[in-house]
Amino acid sequence: MKKRNPYLTVGLVMTGILTALIVLGFFWTPYDPNAMAAGPKLTGPSLAHLMGTDSFGRDIFSRVLKGAGTTYGIALCTVAVGAVCGTVLGAVTGYFGGIVDDVLMRLGDVLTAFPSILLALVVISLLGPGKTGNVILALGLVFIPSFARMARGTYAGLREVNYVKSARLMGASSSRILWRHILPNTWSVLLPALTIGFNNAVLAEASMSYLCIGVTPPDASLGYMLSESQGMFMSAPWYALGTGLTLVWMVFGVGLIGEGLQRRGGGEV
Amino acid sequence: MKKRILTLLAAVCLLSAVLSGCGGGSQNGTTGTTDQSTANTQTEGPAARAAAGELNVGIAQDLDSSLDPHKTVKAGTREVMFNVFEGLLKPDASGNLNPAVAESYTVSEDHLLYTFKLRAGVKFHNGQEVTPEDVIWSYQRCGDANAPADIIQVAAFANVEMYQEGDDTVCFQLQEPNNEFASYLTTAVLPKDYTEQDTAPVGTGPFKFVSRTAQESVVLERFDDYWGEKPDLTKVTYKIIENADSILLSLQSGAVDVFAHLTTNQIQQLGDGFHVEEGTMNLVQALYLNNAEKPFDDVRVRQALCYAIDRQQILDLAFDGYGTLLGSSMYPAFSKYFDDELTNYYTYNTEKAKELLTEAGYPNGFDMTITVPSNYQSHMDTAQVIVEQLKAVGINAAIQPVTWESWVQDTYSNRQFQSTVVGVDASNMTARAMLERFVSTASRDFINYNNADYDALFAQAQACYDDGEQTALYRAMEKNLAENAANVYIQDMADFVAVRDGLEGPSFYPIYVLDLSTIHYTK
Repeated sequence: MKKRNPYLTVGLVMTGILTALIVLGFFWTPYDPNAMAAGPKLTGPSLAHLMGTDSFGRDIFSRVLKGAGTTYGIALCTVAVGAVCGTVLGAVTGYFGGIVDDVLMRLGDVLTAFPSILLALVVISLLGPGKTGNVILALGLVFIPSFARMARGTYAGLREVNYVKSARLMGASSSRILWRHILPNTWSVLLPALTIGFNNAVLAEASMSYLCIGVTPPDASLGYMLSESQGMFMSAPWYALGTGLTLVWMVFGVGLIGEGLQRRGGGEV
Repeated sequence: MKKRILTLLAAVCLLSAVLSGCGGGSQNGTTGTTDQSTANTQTEGPAARAAAGELNVGIAQDLDSSLDPHKTVKAGTREVMFNVFEGLLKPDASGNLNPAVAESYTVSEDHLLYTFKLRAGVKFHNGQEVTPEDVIWSYQRCGDANAPADIIQVAAFANVEMYQEGDDTVCFQLQEPNNEFASYLTTAVLPKDYTEQDTAPVGTGPFKFVSRTAQESVVLERFDDYWGEKPDLTKVTYKIIENADSILLSLQSGAVDVFAHLTTNQIQQLGDGFHVEEGTMNLVQALYLNNAEKPFDDVRVRQALCYAIDRQQILDLAFDGYGTLLGSSMYPAFSKYFDDELTNYYTYNTEKAKELLTEAGYPNGFDMTITVPSNYQSHMDTAQVIVEQLKAVGINAAIQPVTWESWVQDTYSNRQFQSTVVGVDASNMTARAMLERFVSTASRDFINYNNADYDALFAQAQACYDDGEQTALYRAMEKNLAENAANVYIQDMADFVAVRDGLEGPSFYPIYVLDLSTIHYTK
């Protein structure tokens, strides 16, 4: 009998609503998000402009939709890069162990020794700022060690359990054991980690755009919008609030999903 | 898990507080607790200061490590020390050169001999009288190839013979005529045998240096033996407030009475008790185009850009309508050289822009990159508006934000760029400082402007000694830049000075200084 899991439900609803809005934003926004003087400058929320307008007279709601989409997309790609590379590395090192394990894990330690944002900044400045691909690459690289470490731990633990031993005795190849036998049993750990990683990526992207090295203006990004709105917090609070609350909504929704998954996973194991 | 989200949020908040974003306004992004009052010598509160005739001025960055005026690099240092030092001549707010340490001067007919009669009884802050030896020593120091490397050399002083005649006359014998020689004689006159100029500078200006606390404050006092009209203020304390977010607080809390170079955003949040003086930044903000780079090597494309960009909309959207439109590389504070007719040489006209683009072979527009130093929010904002406006003629522009260091290195020195939004100013008060950089052989010609007519006009202007004729030539050069659309000229940005009510008198100079001698309390 499944217990009720409000975390998962609420999280899924919140994320669902936001995702629907973002998908909508790809096809339709009330105004062109980059069109200046779409309305009067710096007006508060109204029916014509749900979240008001910014100092260029751009519709903040349209920009939030587009900006959230950008942030969302970058975060998904980043987590995908980090999770795939990290899991493969972690699986191999955890399952086989030995010198490769030692070397790769120490390398991972070196990477984690730097604060992740700082490391991403270094990578970006090497690759050149202002390109979405580079942002994904830089953040993805930063997220590899945490996934690798987690996957390694799980794989090392499952290496000697009975079903893996029997698979080995039956002559299954290493890759079959790694991906068909062990991987499905890591989901309960991997899924919550994915949600945490996603949130970290959202915030990291926002911070980088805030510092002008992520998405380049005039294209919308939640981080750059926050940075713009900061100076007008007293005169136009709706700008910072609309943008900031969207970011909080996004992170909180996915965070709740992670929490829900963890609780469900904890019940099953 | 929830805790972790909270921690993350907290971390983001902290990050935003610590790294003051790219919209921070502070150029170096450093933070610091510079808001405390200095020593106990400080008179507390605006009212007490008004009674004592004292003033606190906020500045956004610390001065050069050396206060020797011959070693000054930063504009911010010059802005403060303008009140402490004087040369033989001194600029005024309308850009004229007035005698200061000198009383009068004559120029020989061949323009090779400048004879300066020193003013009687001019004293240094240490009490010594200014002698011709001091003047000669000071100017030779700036024209001596063997001088220590940190003394900034003035090319105009090299190969100039300087000698004394009688007790009060100094002569400058030039090898070849230089019609801007006089403008270099604003260089500070210093006492000859004084060795502590770096830390305890001594000059002849209306204010004398008292003390300095690095990263915190600089204190000046009225010099009672000043030769000219003595200022009203008795004591001025410059407070260094590097954190952009603290600037408003410093004014509102009463720590500071005057703060220059504020943004429209900041003045809107200023609140009661202050009035705002509006001047200009004295720079030419433009979309600078690399004239050697395709497609900007075609004059029609450059002209098309001039027609496609609505400058008034840039002011309205990004600068709340403030700023002065420009049409060439000269700003209005140089009233003698500024030609207002060029301002509307190009008017916003997308049809015309499209025609020109079609003629040039780009009927469907093209892709271009705008390099912008991202620490300057005003330039970033301008670039954003330009990107939007260019869409209307099919030009697809992308902004490439770079750091200031990278801009100086790659864009300016190495000329690796297609277009850039930036402000260019004059290093001294001559039209030459603005216009020489577009001569094809100039090392500072970062846009690779190459126009034979322009080069010829510049050569003529240099060989000309009639002031009216030379002005006409400089104006012709400005017109040449406008006609050939060397760049898309936008504006001279507005500069706002917040002044506490009850204070009056800051005036705007064509160069980057804040003259304290005219500021006074009205009550």
